[in-house]
Amino acid sequence: MSTRALLTVYNRRCVSVADIPLLEMEDFASTIASSVGAGWRIVSLFGVAEDTRALRLCAVLANDDSGLLGATCALVAQEYPALSTSCRQAGRFEREIAEQCGAIPKGHPSLKPLRRHPPDHAPSAWTVRPKDREDFPFDVVHGDEVHEVAVGPVHAGIIEPGHFRFHAHGEEVLSLEIMLGYQHRGVERLLECSERGRAVLVAESIAGDTVIGHASAFCGAIEALARSHKTPRGQTIRGIALELERLANHIGDLAALSGDVAFQPSAAFFGRLRGECLNLLMTISGNRYGRGLIRPGGVLFDIPPTMASEVMRRVERLRDEVRLIAQLLFENASVLSRFDGVGVVSAEQCRANGYVGVVARSCRVPRDVRHDFAYGVYRYAQIPVATAWSGDVYARAIVRWLEVQRSMEFILEQLSALPRGEVRVDCGALTPSELVVALEEGWRGEIAHIVMTDAAGHILRHKVVDPSFHNWSAVSAAMPGNQISDFPLCNKSFNLSYAGHDL
Amino acid sequence: MFDYLRARFAHRLAPASLEPSGSGLPHRFRGRLVVPQPQADVATEGSTPAGEAASEHRRRNLPIIDLGRSVFAPEETQRLEGQDAAFTQDYRMATRSRSALLTSDGEIELAQALDRKMRRLLGRSLRFRLVAAGSCGGCEAELAALSNVVFDMARFGIQFVASPRHADGIVIAGAISVNMREALEKTYEAVPDPRIVVAVGACAISGGVFAGSEAVLGGVPPSIPVDLWVPGCPPHPLTVLDGLLRLLGRLEDSSNTAAAATGDDTLVPLR
Repeated sequence: MSTRALLTVYNRRCVSVADIPLLEMEDFASTIASSVGAGWRIVSLFGVAEDTRALRLCAVLANDDSGLLGATCALVAQEYPALSTSCRQAGRFEREIAEQCGAIPKGHPSLKPLRRHPPDHAPSAWTVRPKDREDFPFDVVHGDEVHEVAVGPVHAGIIEPGHFRFHAHGEEVLSLEIMLGYQHRGVERLLECSERGRAVLVAESIAGDTVIGHASAFCGAIEALARSHKTPRGQTIRGIALELERLANHIGDLAALSGDVAFQPSAAFFGRLRGECLNLLMTISGNRYGRGLIRPGGVLFDIPPTMASEVMRRVERLRDEVRLIAQLLFENASVLSRFDGVGVVSAEQCRANGYVGVVARSCRVPRDVRHDFAYGVYRYAQIPVATAWSGDVYARAIVRWLEVQRSMEFILEQLSALPRGEVRVDCGALTPSELVVALEEGWRGEIAHIVMTDAAGHILRHKVVDPSFHNWSAVSAAMPGNQISDFPLCNKSFNLSYAGHDL
Repeated sequence: MFDYLRARFAHRLAPASLEPSGSGLPHRFRGRLVVPQPQADVATEGSTPAGEAASEHRRRNLPIIDLGRSVFAPEETQRLEGQDAAFTQDYRMATRSRSALLTSDGEIELAQALDRKMRRLLGRSLRFRLVAAGSCGGCEAELAALSNVVFDMARFGIQFVASPRHADGIVIAGAISVNMREALEKTYEAVPDPRIVVAVGACAISGGVFAGSEAVLGGVPPSIPVDLWVPGCPPHPLTVLDGLLRLLGRLEDSSNTAAAATGDDTLVPLR
């Protein structure tokens, strides 16, 4: 890989914006295409208004095998040749850029709006008209006896809004198109315009089930730009909270998967144990989802020795109970036959489309930020990466179960030897004209917060990439060939965030 | 299997008769926000400008706490007219009107029951359709938790159903994104009369942390009249359950005033 075209960056270490290679559009496109061809993937591709007439495209790429991150950029006018013609992974990002910045990537297969909102990051001199979704009809499958099923945005269950459009032949799904954007709240603008005290609350509300993950990534970026010295104790408490969040959600997902195959015993029991994980977070932070814990500079709440031993006692009891119930679930033949072979994602699909997190690890693509781009406490305490082979609902369930066990061990280990010292230190003004990439392995997968400052040290751009942004297309890819009645099971095995995607 | 059954039944339900405060909630839990009552020594309070401002507010009964805007972040104890506020462990906060969430010292009038006719219609069986509109997913998660074996809302005859046409009302979460407005209005219209509306969480009440964003309306629009306001970010499941049971007149505890915290031990220490 040409080192001139990609600047090596490290997780949560700043680089000067001036040091990032500014390429001609042609070189920018070929750098991205050849890197992705050589095993890199796109972490984020986004636009920043450079002046009133030009847009700066920034790409952050990752090579999981070598643990490298690379950044590069290019200046473009309103119309530019689409990157997605030479690199498929760029397709979704370019749809986002078209919608956010009003740019027109020429040759892009379909610039259907991802979220439906007026551009909020366009260079001021550009005239842009928000695209009308009516101009982009749903894909249609023609043929006798092919029928169309439309679901949402208001669903049957207690879930977030999104629209699913199936084409099916009898029970067999031929295609699935997913239309999102209903949860769009303007998160990136809020993060860029709010003062820090409010911005961290917005970061906690990007996805309500990933409070710790997003708040930690947000703080990781801000702390790097402020050159804040993080304390070992604060970092360890963050790690414990992140793993508690993972426990709560993975166990909750196992409950929901049990429910979707009508296996009530483990659905009920896992449901209660999920609550116990949330209550552990509440013991530490005062909120069931860990709100109020993570703040720039460290954490707001310490874990005193008596609380540490109480939490350890409860995690040990949880470990005994959850093992019993996992046994009940994973040794039940009727459950296994329902999990087996449903919603398969292949390793090839995963590499081609850049899926992350549990979805990638379930098809033997070992991507885990805690391991590949280790940060904070994970530099000192490694958690083995859990993978499975079959890429189906079973694989995604078993990866969750493996991670539940490893997270519990991690929590117990860390609580038994909490580093001494402060839990929070000062976090001052941001360094001007710098860019930082903060990656975090949330329970769904890789969370990226990319922050760029201007010459005055204000936030110029705050890009958020939730793992759901990468992974929603995996749901569409996994459904064809499955029965339409398996959709709830399949969807739950991914359990992606609508809010995290829609921002 | 017997091990499983033993473990399955070893747990207890959340208390059916909800205790006013506590309920085993941990020490750090952030419930209703209050401004602690001044000490009897009024002269001391008046001597500081901040104390002066706070007592002036209290005298004129001006609201300095809006539980509908609060996201119950730990920092919120430091911002009220120069006087420190404190979180209690009292999770009961649901009210019948938006204005009842505005308070000068943290005391609020909790939700009154629906009238007799509505209680006769809905008191023993209440079905809701949930509409999430510009939320983060946190309130949905807590509403889903109400159906689990711990909170088990169904034991009171309250359930979530799949279709608005099968429902007696809707529960709204989120700051109402522009993109969900139409779907929300259609869902509301699809619920047969008489219907009730519950706004859950800071976002649905006031826009929460998303207030001011152009992508959201900043709370339930006036075209949809709200019967029960449940503050929190997200509200604890017990807060929602308490509000619904009060609405249905199902709580034996007749006191509808959340008394200010009586002893220091119920106050979460400021951090």
